Amino acid sequence: MIQVMDVRKVFNAGRPNEFVAMNKVSLSIPRHDVTVLKGPSGSGKTTLLGILGCMARPTSGRIMLAEREITSLPERFLTEIRRTTFGFVFQQFNLIKGITVIENVILPAYPTGENPAILKKRAMELLSLFNLSGKADSKIEWLSGGEAQRTSIARALMNDPEVIIADEPTANLDSRLSKEFMEIVSGLKEQEKTIIIASHDPIVYDSPIVDRVVEMRDGKIISGI
Amino acid sequence: MSARKSDIFILFIALNLSAFLFFFLDALSMQADTQKKLSEERAMIEKLGLTDLCLFTDARYMRHPSMADLNTPFQDHPTSIEHFPSGTLAEPPRHLRLR
Amino acid sequence: MNRINKHRNILDFTLSSLLRRKRKNTALVLVYILVVFGLASVLFSTQALKREACSILQRSPEVVIQRLVAGRHELIPTSYIDKIKDVRGVQTVKRRLWGYYYDPTVGANYTLMVPDDPAVAEGTIVIGKGVARTLRAEKGDLLPFKANDGFFVSLEVGDIISSDSELVSSDLVLMNEGDFRQITGVPAGYFTDMVLSVRNVKELPTIAEKIRRLAPDTRPIVKDDILRTYETIFDWRGGILLVILAGAIMAFIIFAWDKASGLSSEERKEIGILKGIGWETSDVILMKFWEGTVISLSSFLLGCVFAYIHIFYASSALFEPVLKGWAVLYPKFRLIPYIDPLQLATLFFLTVIPYTVATIIPSWRAATVDPDSVMRL
Repeated sequence: MIQVMDVRKVFNAGRPNEFVAMNKVSLSIPRHDVTVLKGPSGSGKTTLLGILGCMARPTSGRIMLAEREITSLPERFLTEIRRTTFGFVFQQFNLIKGITVIENVILPAYPTGENPAILKKRAMELLSLFNLSGKADSKIEWLSGGEAQRTSIARALMNDPEVIIADEPTANLDSRLSKEFMEIVSGLKEQEKTIIIASHDPIVYDSPIVDRVVEMRDGKIISGI
Repeated sequence: MSARKSDIFILFIALNLSAFLFFFLDALSMQADTQKKLSEERAMIEKLGLTDLCLFTDARYMRHPSMADLNTPFQDHPTSIEHFPSGTLAEPPRHLRLR
Repeated sequence: MNRINKHRNILDFTLSSLLRRKRKNTALVLVYILVVFGLASVLFSTQALKREACSILQRSPEVVIQRLVAGRHELIPTSYIDKIKDVRGVQTVKRRLWGYYYDPTVGANYTLMVPDDPAVAEGTIVIGKGVARTLRAEKGDLLPFKANDGFFVSLEVGDIISSDSELVSSDLVLMNEGDFRQITGVPAGYFTDMVLSVRNVKELPTIAEKIRRLAPDTRPIVKDDILRTYETIFDWRGGILLVILAGAIMAFIIFAWDKASGLSSEERKEIGILKGIGWETSDVILMKFWEGTVISLSSFLLGCVFAYIHIFYASSALFEPVLKGWAVLYPKFRLIPYIDPLQLATLFFLTVIPYTVATIIPSWRAATVDPDSVMRL
């Protein structure tokens, strides 16, 4: 599904605070698998996740998405691909405060210009899937941690992406909610989604549904290729 | 489904614009009154040989600006707050400034 | 259809987003409306006034001859008529008798005037609506005037001028020549000024020049001077107008500064989130465009609507204290509604555009961040 080849990412290139976040990383993510990127913070997991999800460009190297070279695509196309192919779940949930749950879920679909009635229907379906129907018109601030997490997953699924990318999804959850999250992941796996998770939480990388664990350290992959 | 916020906004803008349309039509409907007013004013001007509008009655250079002397408080213009507040509202007549 | 839907979707989100800071945005819109209202009221009233003035003052005398002594407007002796009536091109010469009268009982100033065709009967007066209002006078009332010799003269109100012409006649007191001379002390054989009519308007400059040579102590004021007085009377530079304008501009600078001095970290974070979940830079800018437009367009339209009602339906009620000044006699007139599209467009460009731009520019930089920055928040 996604292949990265010899990818290198340097931040603040040429300046005194130059920092190599990733060096010569090659990795292949198969379709319909659950892949976990594991490693301590600062190991380059998040950077790799960003590059896999077309959010950032590598300094050098190539990325293939379903046999298509995407490294050199202009921003517009990259955003388009990102919007249709990937759904993101962030560590801090990154929901927009002050507006309702349902508006947050529809948010990724607004720029597509689809009919709002259809969007609303789809969002309601997703919310009911996650037992959030009753909360659709609540403000984000009123949600519990688990509800916020589920809302952010619903948002990630709004554009029906093939790939779900989650960055430290359990960092702000207790063990019970973390297990609940993994159950949701297993449900998504059954729907044949490709799932990539960056995490250093044993509940995630020791879970039986995980197909592969890639371990990273100091910007390099040390095991699991 | 409840009304969309964007619809409410567009409706609000449309209401404002139709207020202007209403004003315009209202002004048109009063065309007869307007003509009567204008013709009475013109008749009065013609009959008495009037030269100015009666906007201010406090100072004579404001009651008849076009007839004002060459040396009137206008000379302190434009931003002075003079004795008569009305004088700070108006420009001195052009024919006074050019000489 | 898709494009329109996209705009409307983004507008939906923008409105939800604005409603979050209801109090702040309401305050902003209120101040904004006030600024537009003030500017538009000034604009509407001066435009309507100028237009009406230019339309009716076309009928004012072609030339007014004033005599100046010691730099002041002086009475003109009858002998000047003979000097001037033979100037080539002059059709008629009419003497005008008019002056001011201060009424100590109410503290108002009137303009006394002697019409000669038809003349007012001796012992009676015709008064303007403003005079009638100030004195609560009605037809048939006797009004006392203090004459120049110290005695009081009582004149009967024969008629009150129709309120339709109040814009030009509010403070007039029309009377007979004899009464006028007694009250004002203008001696026989003298007049206030003279008005000329000419055969050919194109010859006016030549005629004015000839009069200046024949009677060097006079000053001809031609109709164009009168009209131009009212074309420019309320200019952008006029005192209080300038103050209002300066206030409005200052308010805008404050708005713009508030906007441009940076987005709050929360707004920055939100833009990051939107980018992260798949919004393009242009979508974010479109949202900011709508944010600026919603605030500024609403304020602009409401401000203009209120200003129109204020000027043309409520007779500029809020300006009354300013316009009134120290005057006791305050003319009340209804302006003929008129809006200059160009002036309205200028106001639009001065208010809506800068605000919208000030909203978009600072978010531009924030919107061009790499989407992955959302993961480092």
